[in-house]
Amino acid sequence: MHWETVIGLEIHAQLATRSKIFSGASTAFGAEPNTQACGVDLGLPGVLPVLNREAVVMAIRFAAAIGAQLQRRSIFARKNYFYPDLPKGYQISQFELPIVGNGSVEIMLADGEQRQIGVTRAHLEEDAGKSLHEDFHGLTGIDLNRAGTPLLEIVSEPDMRSASEAVAYARKIHQIVRYIGICDGNMQEGSFRVDANVSVRPQGEGLGTRAELKNINSFRFLERAINFEAERQIDLLESGGKVVQETRLYDPDRDETRSMRSKEEANDYRYFPDPDLLPVELDDAFVAAALAAMPELPDPRRARFSEEYALTQSEALQLTASRELADYYEALVREAGDARLAVNWVTGELAAALNRSGIEVTQSPISAERLGGLLRRISDSTISGKIAKQVFESMWGGSDSAEEIIESQGLRQITDADAIEGIVAHVVEANLQQVEAYRQADQNRRAKMLGFFVGQVMKLSKGKANPQQVNELLRKKLTQ
Amino acid sequence: MYSKSISELGAGLRAGEYSSIELTRLFLDRIGRYDGELNCFITLASAQAMAAAENADRLIRHGDAGPLAGIPIAHKDIFCTDGLRTSCGSKMLDSFIAPYDATVVSRLNAAGAVMLGKTNMDEFAMGSSNETSYYGAVRNPWDLNLVPGGSSGGSAAAVAARLCVAATGTDTGGSIRQPAALCGITGLKPTYGRVSRYGMIAFASSLDQGGVLTRSAADAAVMLQAMAGFDPRDSTSARESVPDYSAHLDAALAGLKIGLPKEYFDQGLDPEVARSIELAVTEYRQLGAEVMEISLPNSGLAVATYYVVAPAECSSNLSRFDGVRFGYRCDQPRDLEDLYKRSRGEGFGAEVKRRILIGTYALSAGYYDAYYLKAQQIRQLISEDFKKAFEKVDVIMGPTSPSTAFALGEKAGDPVTMYLSDIYTIAANLAGLPGISIPVRPVAGRPVGLQIIGNYFQEAQLLNIAHRFQQESDWHLALPTGY
Repeated sequence: MHWETVIGLEIHAQLATRSKIFSGASTAFGAEPNTQACGVDLGLPGVLPVLNREAVVMAIRFAAAIGAQLQRRSIFARKNYFYPDLPKGYQISQFELPIVGNGSVEIMLADGEQRQIGVTRAHLEEDAGKSLHEDFHGLTGIDLNRAGTPLLEIVSEPDMRSASEAVAYARKIHQIVRYIGICDGNMQEGSFRVDANVSVRPQGEGLGTRAELKNINSFRFLERAINFEAERQIDLLESGGKVVQETRLYDPDRDETRSMRSKEEANDYRYFPDPDLLPVELDDAFVAAALAAMPELPDPRRARFSEEYALTQSEALQLTASRELADYYEALVREAGDARLAVNWVTGELAAALNRSGIEVTQSPISAERLGGLLRRISDSTISGKIAKQVFESMWGGSDSAEEIIESQGLRQITDADAIEGIVAHVVEANLQQVEAYRQADQNRRAKMLGFFVGQVMKLSKGKANPQQVNELLRKKLTQ
Repeated sequence: MYSKSISELGAGLRAGEYSSIELTRLFLDRIGRYDGELNCFITLASAQAMAAAENADRLIRHGDAGPLAGIPIAHKDIFCTDGLRTSCGSKMLDSFIAPYDATVVSRLNAAGAVMLGKTNMDEFAMGSSNETSYYGAVRNPWDLNLVPGGSSGGSAAAVAARLCVAATGTDTGGSIRQPAALCGITGLKPTYGRVSRYGMIAFASSLDQGGVLTRSAADAAVMLQAMAGFDPRDSTSARESVPDYSAHLDAALAGLKIGLPKEYFDQGLDPEVARSIELAVTEYRQLGAEVMEISLPNSGLAVATYYVVAPAECSSNLSRFDGVRFGYRCDQPRDLEDLYKRSRGEGFGAEVKRRILIGTYALSAGYYDAYYLKAQQIRQLISEDFKKAFEKVDVIMGPTSPSTAFALGEKAGDPVTMYLSDIYTIAANLAGLPGISIPVRPVAGRPVGLQIIGNYFQEAQLLNIAHRFQQESDWHLALPTGY
């Protein structure tokens, strides 16, 4: 039988607001436990929530980014359950009327095929605190710093049919939320969390029973967790068993999913509208103000890059992968004035150096302005591309400009025809046998043999001779 | 002296006839003398009160003191007070000291009022007799065998016995108006949103409203003035501007249209109480008001609706009392579930548990539509009844409670009978309307309250109507024997 995997994702994106969604406490990560939790976050008797307007602005931006219906009236509801790191005994979330309605995103698969993935809804809610089970000798420690941190929960349609599609979708959402500046996307710190609903069915039949996978904190684990789970369900069904609806935890160390709780053990959340908060009513002016600072989105930016900078599809895709990289590229083009040279350097030397150091473009020791200075020196033939790589290495390790390094290391290209001619003459003298062979050879052979002479000249000039002039002079000299 | 109004006392303080320190000591002495039998206070704040009085005296001497400066008041123990225990009448919060002041408390502090202490109440404001308090029942100063009403029973009895000049209260289904009626004082529940709920421990968030218990409408006007207004910490507080409540007290009532809902005068009402209400209405006729019968057709559904909505909200609001961060925690919990079960089982009293159970049930999957959603729909109908009524009349009058104060223990074993004592007050909470109860002719020595319900944010009008009656009558001046 041919099995089909059906996947829907629930993504929790932590919104990059300075303060919490219903209190004025800071949202900064990594503070001492319980130092960033005020009375509201602690759920003290008598306190009341007040909605953070910035969180609403961010949700509006997200709605626009995925072409979703923005609900002009949305309602906060209480999701009731007991847990030690849930101070009020309920989480304030949105249930029946979420702020973001139906939308969709386009993903590109490995074979270049595009697919539309539906987003059912996205709603605002507060995060819970953290339960710390280590270091407390059989007891549990509670850290409420995270309690009340704003989240946007983004729920997809069950539109994905493979783990790689799910990863492509998750990456797309990740890219969008970072582009529009509403989430830092840090999966290790839990700023971007993905839960996967996975079921399998014989091709063409109705939906199977699903399992919800939790505790996935990287795209790699997302792929592995889904693949493991789909195989587990298929094995189970093929051996005559039944899939039960349950929540399963992904264990990256063992690369497997384990049952956490079944549907029967699931809480009845007793949702009802939170009487402490008024319905969120959005008027045109508020929405317009929220969208005023909306940056260009990845897809349109990619299309514009292809057009404006004459890039290939894959170059445009690579350069617009993150807003920061795209911004870097555009700044570099402005500085260097040569879009082609800029793409070669960003996807070549710069990408390799960043990769070697394991850092992001925002942490690059060479700013777009400095790199632009280097590229200008290539364009005006002050140095060759090869020397430029040497200058780049020096720039990476220090703070000097390209200009300063070229001068202090004496790397300026030799363009004086007499000087180059002298070197060429010297090389011809020293390699008479090869010169003879060259002269006997046909055009094809000659083209290949020329490289040897060029290499010799460059070696003698310490790479500084202008390659174009070297080529011309050698050709002339060798055929004389 | 202890029966003087706020404006009289304020004038005396400003004239230097006596100091706030003397006044505060006078009331603290009265509390010392009478509270043993009445049990109005859960926590006294004698030292803080004397310090506040000293401070008020300084302000008064400098001439920059408002009308409440130096006036000794009490807060219902549902309002959080920084550094002073806030128990909410529950074992659960017997050791809870809030690290902040409720907005009502900070505003009254800023006005210079002197807080004497925190008054007794039904546990988490759930009760109509003040018998569910962990700190024991409050007794009615008119007859120690009677209940004072609830849940603001401590505040009502304290004001009636002159243990403080005025007190704050909260009203979720009648908890200010009903005890005011049973203790023969004035009780005002403002429009929902008029007074900030920040720092007021929540029972049913969509119904709870802070208000005042005073000896007269004029005193209530001064108190409300200090408490009312938008609070950025309470999203449900109203941005509506606050009028000068004292300025409108004397306005003439000629042409005022009063509606008497026929549903408020049917067989459930004690005939003698009905007679007292009729006499009061006659007084209003003589003041120039026009009286007409109206109908609030869905009134009969109010109690049932309330006992779905209020428990539903309370079941969620009281979830935070879990023994984890504050409040009562059971001894030696075996595990998490044991911690929850025993902390809550031992920390909450029977009535609170009953309402949590009812509310949890009403919100459960499969019952939500039949109970909670249906109740919300009926709530809407009840609001519309009032809306229609206010197209015809300016205010609605009727009894505050179907009977006078009942005996301690009389209804304690029968929750439904107890719930029915709020039959006339609950609708105003469901609709969010302001209501006031003022004392009228007593029955057999027991106080009777006239309830006046106004349109949204018409507190000034209610106070005016109540005040004009109090100009013509002296029921509000009556002092229980022995105090």
